[in-house]
Amino acid sequence: MRFLHFSTCIAICFAGWTLQTANAQVIPLPDQGKLLATSGVSEVEGAAGGGITPWAVITGYGSENSYGANAHMTQLNTQDYQLTTNGVAIGICDKLELSLSQQTFKGSKAPLDKLNLNQDIVGVKLKLSGDLVADQDNWKPQIAIGAMFKRDKSISGLEALGITNVKQLGAKDDQGTDYYVSATKLFLAQSLLLNGTIRFTKANQMGLLGFGGDQHDRYQAMPEVSAAYLLNRKWVLGAEYRQKPNNLSVDHEKAYYDGFVAWFPNKNLSFTLAYVTLGDITVFNPTNQRGWYLSVQIGN
Amino acid sequence: MNKYQTLAGIALIATSMLVTSTPVSAQESSLYDALGQESGISRIVDETVVQILNDARIKTGFKETNMKRLAQLLKEQFCVVAGGPCKYSGDDMALVHEKLGITSAQFNALAEDLQTAMEKCQVPFAVQNKFIARLAPMKRDIVTVK
Repeated sequence: MRFLHFSTCIAICFAGWTLQTANAQVIPLPDQGKLLATSGVSEVEGAAGGGITPWAVITGYGSENSYGANAHMTQLNTQDYQLTTNGVAIGICDKLELSLSQQTFKGSKAPLDKLNLNQDIVGVKLKLSGDLVADQDNWKPQIAIGAMFKRDKSISGLEALGITNVKQLGAKDDQGTDYYVSATKLFLAQSLLLNGTIRFTKANQMGLLGFGGDQHDRYQAMPEVSAAYLLNRKWVLGAEYRQKPNNLSVDHEKAYYDGFVAWFPNKNLSFTLAYVTLGDITVFNPTNQRGWYLSVQIGN
Repeated sequence: MNKYQTLAGIALIATSMLVTSTPVSAQESSLYDALGQESGISRIVDETVVQILNDARIKTGFKETNMKRLAQLLKEQFCVVAGGPCKYSGDDMALVHEKLGITSAQFNALAEDLQTAMEKCQVPFAVQNKFIARLAPMKRDIVTVK
């Protein structure tokens, strides 16, 4: 029944698209029918969520009868590394989310000052149940499942060590898939949003250092949690935690943490500023990496 | 269980109901108070109607509506929902909206108009959210286009 409803909705979306195209209007107008901020922001792997973890919300402001698309740019700078994520995403019928993003991770401190890792991520997310806004009289969260297909595109800057593929660092694979289930609950009367995600993953540093390793090469369930407080219609304050596996002996991988503030001036634009702790990324540089994260999302 | 135990049990349940129901009703009337009671709710509704009639997304949907009557019913309903001492004389929400074909986007547009109205009436954001949290479940009765 749910699936039928979903296929009908998708069919209506495409029928609308075709009709409007026939009427010489090239692209149908998205309806921006969701409430401001209820589609979250773009997390660091391109899915709708908080800053470092996906939520059960579908990206964009398209309602059940429409769609919304957006692009995002995220820059995270710690003492010794810079991570850039660029991507695009579309939310269809407030049910299905597709995202494409690219991560670039660079080092700036010797001996890793030439380090340059690149990863492509294709994300898909499906909302299963719940209504973030309407379910204020019950405990039911909005629930979604998702997958992130990740592929390491290139590694450079370690040629001196003879390393041209992440597998030479101990990773078992240079591509892998994360699977997750997210539950997001909006406690509107308390102006509070909580999210819990369980991610099944083999990824080392989100996949930038490959998948699986010399210590473990199996899927592990990692909890991720976010709490966000709505200061007003346009400003949200929050904190997040993301546990990660520790598969590689060259990387004492730690959990990520952040505290963030997000600003939604309107439904076409959002800014997220966060202070992030990533832990030490490799044994070659034991400094705990902390720094600023700025993300901009433009869309509808 | 003998008679005395049963009686004691009933007494205990009754007492606990009294104890637990008191703070709930106090909380309810405090939302009614926080919205400015009857006059505050009246201003919020009047301003919401102004916002709706200026909202290109939904104003055509109210072309045939007697806005004066709608405002009166909204005032009654908002008062009841906020825990105030009123009676709602209108029809059931599901019945009223059954054939109107309202979408989620239209429902949310009205919610935004109400938010704007409450902002104009200087209702604190936390109070706005408490109130919208009580109205939001009505979405299940109002939105029929899914």
